[in-house]
Amino acid sequence: MAKVKQDMTGLEKFNRISPATNIVFHVIFILFSLMCVVPVLFILTISVSDEKALQETGYRLIPQAFSFEGYGYLAKQSGLILRALGVSLFVTIVGTIIGVLLTTLMGYVASRPGYRLKGLLTWIIFIPMVFNGGLVSTYFITSQFLGLSDTVWALIFPLAVSSFNVIICKTFFRITIPDSLVESAKMDGATQLTIFFKIVLPISLPVLATIGLFLCFAYWNDWYQSMLYITDQTMYSLQAFLNNLMKNIDALAQNASQMGLSAAELIASMPKEGARMAVAIIIVLPIACAYPFFQQYFISGLTIGAVKG
Amino acid sequence: MTEKNKNRKPRWSRDDTELSILATPTVIWYLLFCFLPMFGIIIAFKEFKIHGGFLESLFKSDWIGFRNFEFLFSSNDAFIIVRNTLLYNIVFIILGIVLPVATALMVGQLHSKKMAKVYQTAMFMPYFLSWVVVAALVWAFLSYDKGFVNGIIESVGGTPIQWYMEKKYWPGLLIFMNVWKGLGYSMVVYLATITGIDSTYYEAAVIDGATKWQQMRHITIPLMKTVIIMMFIMSVGRIFYSDFGLFYQVPRDSNSLYTVTNTIDVFVFKQLKTSTPGMASAAAFLQSVLGCITILTANAIVKKIDPESAMI
Repeated sequence: MAKVKQDMTGLEKFNRISPATNIVFHVIFILFSLMCVVPVLFILTISVSDEKALQETGYRLIPQAFSFEGYGYLAKQSGLILRALGVSLFVTIVGTIIGVLLTTLMGYVASRPGYRLKGLLTWIIFIPMVFNGGLVSTYFITSQFLGLSDTVWALIFPLAVSSFNVIICKTFFRITIPDSLVESAKMDGATQLTIFFKIVLPISLPVLATIGLFLCFAYWNDWYQSMLYITDQTMYSLQAFLNNLMKNIDALAQNASQMGLSAAELIASMPKEGARMAVAIIIVLPIACAYPFFQQYFISGLTIGAVKG
Repeated sequence: MTEKNKNRKPRWSRDDTELSILATPTVIWYLLFCFLPMFGIIIAFKEFKIHGGFLESLFKSDWIGFRNFEFLFSSNDAFIIVRNTLLYNIVFIILGIVLPVATALMVGQLHSKKMAKVYQTAMFMPYFLSWVVVAALVWAFLSYDKGFVNGIIESVGGTPIQWYMEKKYWPGLLIFMNVWKGLGYSMVVYLATITGIDSTYYEAAVIDGATKWQQMRHITIPLMKTVIIMMFIMSVGRIFYSDFGLFYQVPRDSNSLYTVTNTIDVFVFKQLKTSTPGMASAAAFLQSVLGCITILTANAIVKKIDPESAMI
């Protein structure tokens, strides 16, 4: 910071807003920032609150009494929660890999200037941006025609490709991959497959990171596909699991009772509110830890996309 | 093979075959998940019943012309869902441009760049939360017996409010939640444009004695125009679409709130899972067709006014 200040010219200093305005702006942004961060901390404090205290005093920003019962309960129910975590991780990892591959392949081919079917590809990418079949027909095609209901693929495929991401890739390849590089590799007898995997992908890490992160967050945060296509509770992702808990606080106990425990006993002993918010924390924590380091990729993605390809 | 001789294209080469093979998986994806549903849209004109497989059901179902649409428009829902979708979107579009542009302009002016970065990161946070998590969070504030807000109301001696039953609070609440979730992201997008502006423009302006306000009006905003217009077309093009999570998850699908929370997407989703998806297919058909018309119109208008800013 000190260095920046030294580099600042007198003109820049002169052109700054007045100290009073600066303070007003800071106050406004501190308020905005608190509004965005405090609710998340609030979930955290509820998840570590004592269940009895919650019943008596309601949700408080600072809990009356601490307790890790919620997490303890989830740990006891680890079969269910681990399964949901497993589904979420599988969908996020496999989905991101498939999505990045499909997106970059299409982006690369569409970016090759000499390709004979380039016009056709451009239309294939463009039409879904302005027209779509709507939820009803998409739902019937995915669930009945493709038969993906209650499979993990129903959570993966519908989100794998978006024309927006394809255009980001296409624009990026158009700008950064020199035609001469591709041509010289062809002279050396390389096939397009080799060129793509050995030359294009290794020098395209920024765009891979951008698309990969977009997809990663989209898969991790998705609950809508689960709501549409998943009825089998063992196929629930963490988001679907939390969604079910929000609708029905006793869902955890119901599941446990199917596993052979007495439902009434469980409902009585269960730290309901704490457990619910503990699931939310399990979902939010990895995101909250990761996104500050990755936010520039989200921004760069949008700015690359804005350049017309 | 440069752009110049594209008029007399060479014959199909080995290169074209290889590229076609590379594109095939994604093209198949597009056919299955985008183009097939486009043809499936004819369900709207059929009395869709399930007879075995999807194609069989599609062919065996009777054509009923516009009867699904007649059912849709004879219900009270049609007016409510269209009104809600359009009105909320109009508010979202206006706020979605004014607030992020304003905050981006402000955050760019802060003396401490380090704090500006901290604020950006904090405000970006809600963008990464799913609506299911946000719904849990809103519940922590608004729940009748344990909610934080009712706790405060009671402690100052007021009567607690049944938040999930009272319609009058929800238009404001939903607008607030939408701004809350999207503001940080849009602000950062606009800020990226502002930081990309060449500083010599401002230096020249300062030497000419321009005030901060004048610099903003005559330099910053005009240079942000393209991005603002692009974001505007994108949101206008989606005016018949609504954020399902916001309108379904946040109000917890509460029956008493339907008249203010039901939008086209919520309606289609709820009808879809019933035994007769006729009205849902009619509503989804209208949504797709009107959506397509709006996005092309919005783009055409922009193209006429400012060809540089048009998307297509």
